[in-house]
Amino acid sequence: MTQSDQNKVSMRRAPDILFPLVLAALLLGAWEGAIHYWQVPHYVLPAPSAIAHALCANFGSLMESLGSTLAVTLQAFAASTILGVATAIAFTQSRLIERTLYPYAVILQVTPVVAIAPLILIWVGFERINLALVIVATIVAFFPILAGATLGLKSADFNLLDLARLHGASRLQILWRIRLPTALPYLLSGMKTAGGLALIGAVVAEFVAGSGTATGLAWRIVESGNRLEIATLFAALALLAFTGVMIFAALSLLEWTLLRRWHESALGEAT
Amino acid sequence: MTLLSLSAVAKRFSNGTQALRDLSFTVAPGEFVSLLGPSGCGKSTALRLAANLLAPDSGAITFPTGKPEIGFVFQEPTLMPWADALANARLPLDLQNAPRGQATDRAASALARVGLAGFERALPRELSGGMRMRVSLARALVARPKLLLLDEPFAALDEITRAQLGDDLLRLWREDGLTILFVTHSVSESAFLSQRVLVMTPRPGTITADIALDTDLARTRDGRLSPATIEAQRAISAALNGAGALV
Repeated sequence: MTQSDQNKVSMRRAPDILFPLVLAALLLGAWEGAIHYWQVPHYVLPAPSAIAHALCANFGSLMESLGSTLAVTLQAFAASTILGVATAIAFTQSRLIERTLYPYAVILQVTPVVAIAPLILIWVGFERINLALVIVATIVAFFPILAGATLGLKSADFNLLDLARLHGASRLQILWRIRLPTALPYLLSGMKTAGGLALIGAVVAEFVAGSGTATGLAWRIVESGNRLEIATLFAALALLAFTGVMIFAALSLLEWTLLRRWHESALGEAT
Repeated sequence: MTLLSLSAVAKRFSNGTQALRDLSFTVAPGEFVSLLGPSGCGKSTALRLAANLLAPDSGAITFPTGKPEIGFVFQEPTLMPWADALANARLPLDLQNAPRGQATDRAASALARVGLAGFERALPRELSGGMRMRVSLARALVARPKLLLLDEPFAALDEITRAQLGDDLLRLWREDGLTILFVTHSVSESAFLSQRVLVMTPRPGTITADIALDTDLARTRDGRLSPATIEAQRAISAALNGAGALV
């Protein structure tokens, strides 16, 4: 791709960034105007300026809370990725393992995590609250990784697998050279879903853990709500949304970097 | 001398279809043999049995002079989309844990032999259908096989590309002293390329005619249209019609 082609692409992409920003400015302006026009009390709906003020005033403590939630999210995301890929590999190596374990993976997926979070907190113990939070968030993020990786590992070209066997490939060689690269696009798609779910899982776990123990953004939301500091609540909420978007953006970038040369899903964006 | 021998081979699929029954034939070293039949007559199954990718229900597949190194080419190029032409051609050597530098050199020379010098770094999606099939051919040749098994390798290509690849295949066969078993449903292709044509009947597949061709007459510059080739086509077609297949 030449320089001028690249410029053309970025010009064509400019609306993707510009249009949502213009909409955001319009909505925030309307919001700000409406609050002042109708004199809405700040404990019902604060103006964007008040939220920005709350964000600045509590910046240090909010950042600390963000760090705490982000740490749980990233640990859970890493754990679910490792566990999900390992389980998917076990599934593709043995039909017996898959038949035996798959129903339990589904049960884990369909059981509302809010319902099992209190149990996990009790079993792990409040003195190891971070571990409990990570476990809850891992359970939430695990399934899309497992589903994506399993589908991907099974999608390997049968003829290519036959060819590898013809040349005496071991199971490990087939896994490493053919199955895992085939699975990569599916896995990355699962990871994009799981990244968002890990954040949701971390927030849900913090809500369940409740007062005194959790220090993350979810707890700040509960606390601000109780104190009717709605502007701080909105600030925490905005930080959570921003974190979610950043996780998604980072994983999209990873996906594009790894697939852009060969996979249709990434090729489409370059043309 | 016999390189490959199938005797009274039968194969039934898990869905109950009798794919092959009492299939027997031999291939001599250095021979170019076509296995010709209508779609679904079990020719691909026979090829997979010869490559030991399938096991027969009964009968025996033997290599009297010892099991040779086998190269296999599928109907589709069957390349790894994430790997460049060089890495695709090198795959058999990589799987045999050959030293990397040596494997790369051999893969590069295999690509050069199929006319793809300079395309080592190209990904499959950047290559035309014919070039992808050439990469597939280079991959089959890279481990220096004695026996080359081809499963309708040119069926998905346009006629011009197919003719070029056919000529190249003949050149490689002569240069390397390869033994080739070539599955096809094209009468003209089998008549031009091979020394012997085995005609198969459909369901259950078995061989009804074994036609030896005078190839020295056929393979001149305009061999595809030479009287000898046309005559061979007529004989093969007659055998196919006798086998109850529509041509």
